[in-house]
Amino acid sequence: MPLDAFDRELIAATQGGLPLVPRPYEAVGAMLGVPGERVRERLAQMLEQGLVRRIGAVPNHYRLGFTANGMSVWDVADEQVDTLGERIGALAGVSHCYRRPRHLPAWPYNLFAMLHGRSRAEVEAQAREVETLLGSACRGHDILYSTAILKKTGLRI
Amino acid sequence: MLTPEDLRLIDRLHGGLPLSDRPFAELAAELGCSEYTLIERVHGWLTAGVLTRFGPLFQIERAGGRFVLAAIAVPEERFDAVAAIVNARPEVAHNYRREHALNMWFVVAAESPAAADAALACIEAETGLPVLAFPKEREFFVELRLPLVDAAAALETEEADDAA
Repeated sequence: MPLDAFDRELIAATQGGLPLVPRPYEAVGAMLGVPGERVRERLAQMLEQGLVRRIGAVPNHYRLGFTANGMSVWDVADEQVDTLGERIGALAGVSHCYRRPRHLPAWPYNLFAMLHGRSRAEVEAQAREVETLLGSACRGHDILYSTAILKKTGLRI
Repeated sequence: MLTPEDLRLIDRLHGGLPLSDRPFAELAAELGCSEYTLIERVHGWLTAGVLTRFGPLFQIERAGGRFVLAAIAVPEERFDAVAAIVNARPEVAHNYRREHALNMWFVVAAESPAAADAALACIEAETGLPVLAFPKEREFFVELRLPLVDAAAALETEEADDAA
């Protein structure tokens, strides 16, 4: 379902955040020249369709004490990666889990799992859980820690 | 310094802002504070950088859009200049420095796969560096939800230990 003109305006008006006023949807409606109710109805539909994931706070995990953020990457046998990916995604501490292409020979990893902890020791303990789960299907792994957020604005259309 | 109460409140605000006329009033009633207090705290956390945003998170792929993770091995002496080029593109939703030969990892969010590819090609041309694209082939789980309630409990334990 492609975006219509109203959707595009609604996304453009709210992707940077909602106005922090008692009636935020009314305020967005005022910007777009529609009643607040129209904004609320469309956002409710978008939530239902999955076009809006959630409405709320996007934390800066560093500032909340989660200073160790590791992108763990794994070289997993192709025939097992989908089954094992599902199980790894379900582990506590894993926030995102994807199968992605390898770039051989430099990049042999095809499974990505983001791990968040208050220390690298916590992240490494989580990585050991992943390693145990993968067992002999895993031929190697690495953890790429982030050391700076260079940009975090989210979607902009 | 955030308190355990702050962490619990931020956790509650993770999602589910009511789609009612006065959502903050509705939440405030649930939390036992005033609408004004709640708005002021969210405002304060945004100003302090504790929150990067407060509002709807769009999953543009549901409308034909595309997110692509990409990485560049940036020579150290050019790091800041390359970061400026990458960050200047509106399609770049976030960008992280990571400890690896591939030291810059960013996500391009565009309204179509073609627009995402075009943005990556532009970055390659402008930086003169190869851009490795890692489009997702399959998504197993996505819920960037930090264990804030656990962290709040841990913080309280630490405080109790310090006091003991």
